[in-house]
Amino acid sequence: MEKQQVLLNDVVIKFAGDSGDGMQLTGSQFTNNTALLGIDLATFPDFPAEIRAPIGTVPGVSGFQVHFSSERVYTPGDICDVLVAMNAAALKVNLRNLKPGGKIVVNTEGFDARNLRLANYADGISPLEDGSLNSYEVIAIDVTKLTREALKEFADLGMKEKDRAKNMFVLGFLYWMYNRDLDNTINFLTDKFSKKPTILQSNIKVLQAGFNYGDTTETFSTTYTVEKAKLPAGKYRSIMGNQALSYGLIAAGEKSGLPIFLGSYPITPASDILHELSKYKTFGIRTFQAEDEIAAITSTIGAAYGGSLGITTTSGPGMALKAEAMGLAVMLEIPLVIVNIQRGGPSTGLPTKTEQSDLMQAYYGRNGECPMPVIASSTPSDCFDVAYEAVRIAVQHMTPIILLSDGYIANGAEPWKFPTSAELQPIDVSFKTTLDEGEVKFQPYKRDEKLVRPWAVPGTPGFEHRIGGLEKQDITGNINYEPENHQHMVNTRQAKVDKIADYIPLQQLDSGPEKGKVLVVGWGSTYGAIKSAVMELQAKGHAVSHAHIRYIRPFPKNLGEMLKNFDHVLVPEINNGQLVRILRDQYFVDAKAYNKIMGVPITKTELVLEIEKML
Amino acid sequence: MSTLTNEAPLLTAKDFATDQEVRWCPGCGDYSILAQVQKVMPGIGVPKENIVIISGIGCSSRFPYYMNTYGMHSIHGRATAVASGLKAARPELSVWIVTGDGDGLSIGGNHTIHMLRRNFDVNILLFNNQIYGLTKGQYSPTSEEHKVTKSTPFGSIDHPFNPLALAMGAEATFIARSMDRDPKNLQAMLTRAHQHRGASFLEIYQNCNIFNDGAFEIFTEKSTKAEETLFLEQGKPLIFGAAQNKGIKLDGFKPVVVELGEGVSADDLWIHDERDINKAQLLIRMFDNPKNAGHFPRPFGVFYETDRPCYEDLLRMQIEETIAAKGPGNLDKLLRGNEIWEIQ
Ligand code: SF4
Repeated sequence: MEKQQVLLNDVVIKFAGDSGDGMQLTGSQFTNNTALLGIDLATFPDFPAEIRAPIGTVPGVSGFQVHFSSERVYTPGDICDVLVAMNAAALKVNLRNLKPGGKIVVNTEGFDARNLRLANYADGISPLEDGSLNSYEVIAIDVTKLTREALKEFADLGMKEKDRAKNMFVLGFLYWMYNRDLDNTINFLTDKFSKKPTILQSNIKVLQAGFNYGDTTETFSTTYTVEKAKLPAGKYRSIMGNQALSYGLIAAGEKSGLPIFLGSYPITPASDILHELSKYKTFGIRTFQAEDEIAAITSTIGAAYGGSLGITTTSGPGMALKAEAMGLAVMLEIPLVIVNIQRGGPSTGLPTKTEQSDLMQAYYGRNGECPMPVIASSTPSDCFDVAYEAVRIAVQHMTPIILLSDGYIANGAEPWKFPTSAELQPIDVSFKTTLDEGEVKFQPYKRDEKLVRPWAVPGTPGFEHRIGGLEKQDITGNINYEPENHQHMVNTRQAKVDKIADYIPLQQLDSGPEKGKVLVVGWGSTYGAIKSAVMELQAKGHAVSHAHIRYIRPFPKNLGEMLKNFDHVLVPEINNGQLVRILRDQYFVDAKAYNKIMGVPITKTELVLEIEKML
Repeated sequence: MSTLTNEAPLLTAKDFATDQEVRWCPGCGDYSILAQVQKVMPGIGVPKENIVIISGIGCSSRFPYYMNTYGMHSIHGRATAVASGLKAARPELSVWIVTGDGDGLSIGGNHTIHMLRRNFDVNILLFNNQIYGLTKGQYSPTSEEHKVTKSTPFGSIDHPFNPLALAMGAEATFIARSMDRDPKNLQAMLTRAHQHRGASFLEIYQNCNIFNDGAFEIFTEKSTKAEETLFLEQGKPLIFGAAQNKGIKLDGFKPVVVELGEGVSADDLWIHDERDINKAQLLIRMFDNPKNAGHFPRPFGVFYETDRPCYEDLLRMQIEETIAAKGPGNLDKLLRGNEIWEIQ
């Protein structure tokens, strides 16, 4: 039969199955394959909260969504065109995000009586048979059986081991469906199983079997092609948020000449930064898995006092525990980068789900008047630049800084036009080792024009000094309880943070006219959804603009003016309204909030509806 | 030979004092400890700029302000954690932690035990006054049972810690006890703590004359000291008493107090061996209330010392070995990764 080729612009696929079905791997392999073709993409993994939820149940479903297109891609997609469901539970969880008429690729073995019962399908009636999926195109494959058949000759492999390869069958089938070759995955497998030749061979065999199944089976007549996107020229790679953040820190360490010390306590979804930085001993990075969140930050303060680039990484609950130590860092006026990969709260909350609800905590969540700069990343690759900036601000302004990312960015992936090290701006930083002209004695709290005090590290003869958390006299740093001094120091610490505004770029509009009807203001991971929604409305001729704020404290100096150029300001956030309150407070602007707090990203579609109400 | 001209000028205790007015209550045991530390410092062979004193919160934690070295007065309970990071980053520094029974055993207990098991090469000076002084007199985790304080008007009901047993449980590699009122012993213990490579845990009995006066009187006063204390010396028999006429003998695993003479000689006694963990465990348990009949004298000196690699050395070695094997990190290689594509 003649196979037909169809050209598509834009596809969203969701891979879903039991946690043990290898869907994360399948999704990321498909993603890399896509990226290598120069197609633009964004991904979003969706992990179960439990590490080992019971097999076959709804809580055990693990998903990976990839959105790829020959146009620019800004989000992992609101709804899917294709759903891969390895079992009944995966179908149950994900069907509502499949567009009408979409394709469902199912492993029929995952819909047996047991799986139906585990997924709570009433009376064991299979959705594959009761007609409930009539409005979709169902591609039912007995993946398990075909995988076992493909591995008939592998006598050494047990049934369990054979079944473990079934995700490769699905991957091979999708490679056929989207006209791909298998090279990158074969390379990946060769690398991964270099010491296990049988496993390697069996995986490749099944991958090819999946591909051939599509190719030779008469029922499948159509394959699809998405062409490469018109991305800016350059060299690209695929990158995930926490990985980019780690690289940004490493790059900043190299470009500042400061040795990196990371004090961290494992917490979802931040642990990957600890894992990542722990790999790079060759950069001289010292990682310290501390006994708790408090030790994680205080050990980092110790290292920073000693002249290291001190970094601590965590998520919301860890931030709460670190609060007192952040206050110490503010008093000590030493550089420190505190990374919060936000997750759903309060308390333990939704550890694997995404939220932007720690902004107020970052802004205000410490005792006393305790100003700290706050900076936020908006996409996976943006984490690199933001981490780099966070280090620059910390060491050049002698201040702890909070970097906010979230679970959605942390685990999402996108193509990244990576820089070369030569392209990165050096980060100038120097320790105080000599007295300036006119100085007779080292004064640890004598400030420069940025209101920044000198960084003199232990080991420097003649600069012995004591610092601590008690209020101190300006210039000398001696303990001081005088009323006027405290007022002066509170004001000075605030002024020092405010002054950072002189050393950051002005706020730019991401898109849209400088004056107009509606300005949509966002921060963090809502970037892609806001951008797509605003661009859709602009295409319809509406005067809608988008500004995305990276520097949250202090704000860029022109932000207030920018807000006043629009009739309406809308601030969508995955929280109960936090940035919007800070904007109202600082600029007396009648900003409207759009909030959703369901542990999932805001979608383009809902934003379009929301913005339209203001037009 | 030109070595003489290269030598740094010899420092004295005075060089370690700062211009800050010392603000402990008159008569506080902290004064003596400060004086002994200042006396010992010039002789330990570390340049002043390489000494860092880190404290938490409490009366004792004012210490860094009075020492003309590098220093940090951190937050409550966290001095050990701050020191961990500093020492990991800067192994060449001589890091001293000054903490108290509240700071190091209550709010900061977690960091103390983890510091000990990791065995950073630091010195922990735990000033034990069995009371909360700075907050004006509440019982502490080392206060004796039934202690009447502001927060326990009917007597405390908590069982106290035996700090040295805690240190032993946390796998400390150096465990010692001294007191504010015995300058000679305290200087010796400070020196030993410094000499030990690893985390040295030195408990110092310190009198808080305002809120817990006389807590250690029985060990420090002339009239009772000889009978109630036992000063440990490596390789020497355990002998105590005003007339040095009492000793401790081991009856299997059971220590017994014996009178010397009448058929018992020094040769029959327990010979102190700092390297013997089993003996150290028994010594640490000589912790009974001196008011109880048949109690043991309280030991002072070095209970235990052993060698174990220090965290910061292992960390540095791991880095050096990795660099030796793979070469130094290359930023461009890292950023580029394994799979790239080009858009024209
Ligand atoms: S309260 Fe007690 S421990 Fe504190 S300074 Fe006064 S005497 Fe010393």
